[in-house]
Amino acid sequence: MSPVVKLSNVHKYFGALKVLEGVSFEVERGGVAAVIGQSGSGKSTALRCINALETIQDGTIEVCGHAVGDPKLDRRALRQDVGIVFQSYNLFPHLTVEQNIMLAPTCVKSIGKSEARDLARDVLAQVGLSEKAQQYPEQLSGGQQQRVAIARSLAMQPKLMLFDEVTSALDPQLTGEVLKVMEDLARGGMTMILVTHEMAFARKVASQVIYMHKGQVWETGPGSMLDAPKTPELANFVGSGL
Amino acid sequence: MTYTFDFSALLPYWPDFLWGAVLTLQLSAVATVAGFIVGTLCAIGRADGSPVVKAIVAAYVEVIRNTPLLVQVFIIYFGIATLGIRVSANLAAMIALTVNVGAYTCEIVRAGLQSIHRSQVEAAECLGLSKPQIYWHVIVRPAIERVYPSLTSQYVLLMLASSITSQISAEELTAVANRIQSGTFRAFETYIVVGLIYLVLSFVMRGAFTAFAQAAFTRRRKLGTTL
Repeated sequence: MSPVVKLSNVHKYFGALKVLEGVSFEVERGGVAAVIGQSGSGKSTALRCINALETIQDGTIEVCGHAVGDPKLDRRALRQDVGIVFQSYNLFPHLTVEQNIMLAPTCVKSIGKSEARDLARDVLAQVGLSEKAQQYPEQLSGGQQQRVAIARSLAMQPKLMLFDEVTSALDPQLTGEVLKVMEDLARGGMTMILVTHEMAFARKVASQVIYMHKGQVWETGPGSMLDAPKTPELANFVGSGL
Repeated sequence: MTYTFDFSALLPYWPDFLWGAVLTLQLSAVATVAGFIVGTLCAIGRADGSPVVKAIVAAYVEVIRNTPLLVQVFIIYFGIATLGIRVSANLAAMIALTVNVGAYTCEIVRAGLQSIHRSQVEAAECLGLSKPQIYWHVIVRPAIERVYPSLTSQYVLLMLASSITSQISAEELTAVANRIQSGTFRAFETYIVVGLIYLVLSFVMRGAFTAFAQAAFTRRRKLGTTL
């Protein structure tokens, strides 16, 4: 079975600043990869490269059959296969929860309003927010907004979901409710890559942990590798983190 | 100093006042809608166009904002005539007001566009929306909502400034007043009446803008946020 995501020797610079220096990893269908590492280690950038939000200078990225580094890449086609959730939610403030979710299916997939509304109902139920359909984002808590953002991505029925530090702005209780949604998704067989600082969650849910350091994949393995780090950098990182 | 007001001399002219007011409103309505479209397109062009488009829009905006409206009205009225095209004074006034308010709209809307955070656009891109879809749903609509109070002031100002087009004998309210006072020799009374009519028109316009906002900006209506 070919992997859903495959990065090979990816290099990314911001001007003179090297952010990714030969990053390679792959994620199988149904796999959950947790990317961990210090701030500035390149993990968010790696995630953004997968979705073509950043262009890479060298190497190849293959995502759901799309060659992401190719200049002829059809970004809109790629993004119909890949959902992404951001730390800052990025809900559209002038639209209701339901409208936020219905926007892309009606615009991009041209499905009818009533069908889109059914879809919104389904994904809202999935994240446990059915009763919030008619509310506006500013009326919701951070955790609820983030769950709406997840639902909005799910409504496009992606093959791969990316999560970029989605709980970093939330208190422990709100973090818990978002992580629960993500855990349910993982159990449902969704292929996921998450950049996270939630070590316990990575250990429990991830099929694969990727520790990034200085723009490289420093150490990778199953969740249990966090209990027995091979490199001193990871030992130091998890030691100070827990 | 004694002055005896005599408004009765103006009474026979009430239909003229009325038609002047109607034409002023018509001019303003057309220039508002057309100027809004021109200005919004220019704002998008200035924010996101090719260097050539950006330069053209910048030149248009700077020329219009730094020359008197009266001069613009004359240039457009006589300019069109020089090209051999016959247009009525009213139509020339409409064009001139549109060109003028379009430039101001451009700057106001541009401020609105710039206030939309980049992350909103990124989220929309990641959902697969096309560029026009992103502009319409994610950028322009919330941007207009944010700058709506400035736009309202600008268009009310436009309505008041339309009095200048009396200079090319567009038959709007001020032109009507000029004609009536030269017939009645009751200049003071005439312009007091006209001033009051402009005041009423301003309130009507502001009312219309508020009503539009109530209908268009659902979130503000539902959450009770003032505009």
